[in-house]
Amino acid sequence: MQFMLLFSRQGKLRLQKWYVPLSDKERKKISRDLVQTILARKPKMCSFLEWRDLKIVYKRYASLYFCCAVEDQDNELITLEIIHRYVELLDKYFGSVCELDIIFNFEKAYFILDEFLLGGEAQETSKKNVLKAIEQADLLQECTFPV
Amino acid sequence: MPAPIRLRELIRTIRTARTQAEEREMIQKECAAIRSSFREEDNTYRCRNVAKLLYMHMLGYPAHFGQLECLKLIASQKFTDKRIGYLGAMLLLDERQDVHLLMTNCIKNDLNHSTQYVQGLALCTLGCMGSSEMCRDLAGEVEKLLKTSNSYLRKKAALCAVHVIRKVPELMEMFLPATKNLLSEKNHGVLHTSVVLLTEMCERSPDMLLHFRKLVPQLVRILKNLIMSGYSPEHDVSGISDPFLQVRILRLLRILGRSDDDSSEAMNDILAQVATNTETSKNVGNAILYETVLTIMDIKSESGLRVLAINILGRFLLNNDKNIRYVALTSLLKTVQTDHNAVQRHRSTIVDCLKDLDVSIKRRAMELSFALVNGNNIRGMMKELLYFLDSCDPEFKADCASGVFLAAEKYAPSKRWHIDTIMRVLTTAGSYVRDDSVPNLIQLITNSVEMHAYTVQRLYKALLDDISQQPLVQVSSWCIGEYGDLLVSGQCEEEEPIQDEVLDVLEGLLVSNLSTPVTRGYSLTAIMKLSTRFSSVNRIKKVVSIYGSSIDVELQQRAVEYNALFKKYDHMSTVVLSKSSLFYRFNLHVLYYLVSLLFQANDLLDLLGGNDVVPVIQTTLPTKPASAGGELLDLLGDLSLSTYSKNGLKIEFTFERANPNPNIAVITIHATNTTEADMTEFVFQAAVPKTFQLQLLSPSSNIVPALNQGSVTQVIRVLNPQKQQLRMRVKLTYTHKGSPVQDLAEVNNFPPQSWQ
Repeated sequence: MQFMLLFSRQGKLRLQKWYVPLSDKERKKISRDLVQTILARKPKMCSFLEWRDLKIVYKRYASLYFCCAVEDQDNELITLEIIHRYVELLDKYFGSVCELDIIFNFEKAYFILDEFLLGGEAQETSKKNVLKAIEQADLLQECTFPV
Repeated sequence: MPAPIRLRELIRTIRTARTQAEEREMIQKECAAIRSSFREEDNTYRCRNVAKLLYMHMLGYPAHFGQLECLKLIASQKFTDKRIGYLGAMLLLDERQDVHLLMTNCIKNDLNHSTQYVQGLALCTLGCMGSSEMCRDLAGEVEKLLKTSNSYLRKKAALCAVHVIRKVPELMEMFLPATKNLLSEKNHGVLHTSVVLLTEMCERSPDMLLHFRKLVPQLVRILKNLIMSGYSPEHDVSGISDPFLQVRILRLLRILGRSDDDSSEAMNDILAQVATNTETSKNVGNAILYETVLTIMDIKSESGLRVLAINILGRFLLNNDKNIRYVALTSLLKTVQTDHNAVQRHRSTIVDCLKDLDVSIKRRAMELSFALVNGNNIRGMMKELLYFLDSCDPEFKADCASGVFLAAEKYAPSKRWHIDTIMRVLTTAGSYVRDDSVPNLIQLITNSVEMHAYTVQRLYKALLDDISQQPLVQVSSWCIGEYGDLLVSGQCEEEEPIQDEVLDVLEGLLVSNLSTPVTRGYSLTAIMKLSTRFSSVNRIKKVVSIYGSSIDVELQQRAVEYNALFKKYDHMSTVVLSKSSLFYRFNLHVLYYLVSLLFQANDLLDLLGGNDVVPVIQTTLPTKPASAGGELLDLLGDLSLSTYSKNGLKIEFTFERANPNPNIAVITIHATNTTEADMTEFVFQAAVPKTFQLQLLSPSSNIVPALNQGSVTQVIRVLNPQKQQLRMRVKLTYTHKGSPVQDLAEVNNFPPQSWQ
């Protein structure tokens, strides 16, 4: 995976995880253009598209779009499962997750993602283990509300 | 100093902003507070401030001043600090800035930390954004962790190693020993990441590939266990056990089995098993099937297995889920060359996908359809493809049209069918046809000798209906020019036009706003060619001469030269323009070039002899009176110059200055005729040295009346930015008493006031 973006239906970015080295300016441009392209698509269209020289896999969950750019050899259908797994993790952690949870607790959304994927690949395929790790790490925090 | 506001508080506040400006103001205020807090080296709240900065960064605001603070957080002993610090590093730092190298030591320490979650943070950061330098420095630590028995760390180390290898491929070797027992792990996380690591190594190095081939039996066993084992709640997804791991194993098997008979043989059974037993009601099952199909098609599988794979793809094509249809079409496109017959069996389903609503699916279906066209199915397939061409989105039309032309060329069952197909494309998608199609089609039509009459008749009819599609118009014009005699001679099956009607149509193209300059060129040449095929030569000559003063330089040049062809080389025009000549086969540009070669001796452009030649631009300004400079302020007064007087023709120049540009001299020529016969078809041309620019406006008329009964006036505007001495070469052509006359003259005696 090259990057993952989460954005709202108004095109506001809620999370951006980059696994390839790009400057801030380049990232902004890619985000802006890709978000616009996806928002322009009709609901009945398929979840995959070729954009520039990337394969894009995206899925909408309520008011949030989850969008990944994957390599040529990557299996698009399993990427949909990866996206789904991440949503399930967020759901379990926040308890019926909604966009507001991710807005107000974005740093936690990142922590969860970083326990699930590393360098763009899944590091743990058990839902239980990912959540357990997050739980333990949360306990390590020196105070309950650090930020 | 009050504590900085909390992150959630800030988020809440910023979200209340009603305008972009209001938000910007809030952000600026908070950034200022954060900056001063950073300056004070406040350890307690650094974490909170950086977190806020990361939020603002996500909104699109600059946050580079927080980069060093992230490094301080990473170096802190507090886990909370490290967590935010590493997150900040991954978001704000990039390997192009030297700052990131300062992380290296911290990461090294944290890789050896006593708490596995801290080690985990370090591994994650390194594996996500580590630069080549960092990877070189820390590869040893990663390798160490790859051998640990702690599965939490081992799985992360494996993916971190993948990143290191991607950044510094030479380091791959050092990870080899650690891979020894990776697949004996029970932990799925470790298994999954190990398979990813092995895949990366095998893809990069043929030696590694050979080395790891021996793992095939072990991989097959693991896969078998996943399929056969009962329900495992921890890894279950819709009844399938750890689909992520299954897919990665299948992918690694693909790489190991490729071009190796033994390995392919060893995985044959398991592939067949997965292909037949996987539950397909949900996406997850189909994801595994998809990967299986890709593997079967890529290794040296037996034919039965390949047919099984293609049939799976065929079933995918019928799936309601468009994502499944999409991957099926993509895969079929990859295999259509190697397993052509098997894919052919699914042709009708593929063709049905042309009607799908999704653009990506339509495109793939189109590409696949063209790949499947052959001599047997050409008629049926073309029907579908032409129907698709009619109704598809504009973005497809060009590719589809090209595909149709190619397929028609390869498999046309008859010449007539071929021409009809081309006609159909030109009439339905004529404006999307690629530019290079036009000469190709002309060549094709030329070669179909027995179809000429039929073709020109059909193309003529098409022109009557629609002149907006340029490629169609161009091909039609060319055909009419070439085969116009067949069009009017009674060889056509239907009502045939008369010559004047045909010329009407071609002339209509010349004046239409819809015609591009290229199209006009085709039309003019076609009209010209008809002069040897039609009897209404005078009409043609008239049209051609009108375009001698066309605003379009190309057309003008052609018309002038064709004009001259009429006059001087009448005997040659039949040669140049007739069907039986060599030129018949050449396209428009070559024809034009050859015609212009005829004029080398009297080169219209070479008016000054030598190299300083400036093209003459004659412009047609329909409503401007001949003495355009007359109404401007006459600063030069009545300055005039008698430039030419010969054979009864007298030319006088008068001068004005153009207003407002003082660099432009406006010269009006007055031509008068003292002889007792009119001088008709009078054309005045001028050329000036390179440093000048010249513009000739249209003349008042082409006839210089006899016995000074009137004059022809024409305005010349000369731009002289370098204020050089004006020189001019003049060429005069006219017809007098039935004979053509031509003369050249040089005008050097311009009064200084006219050009200073």
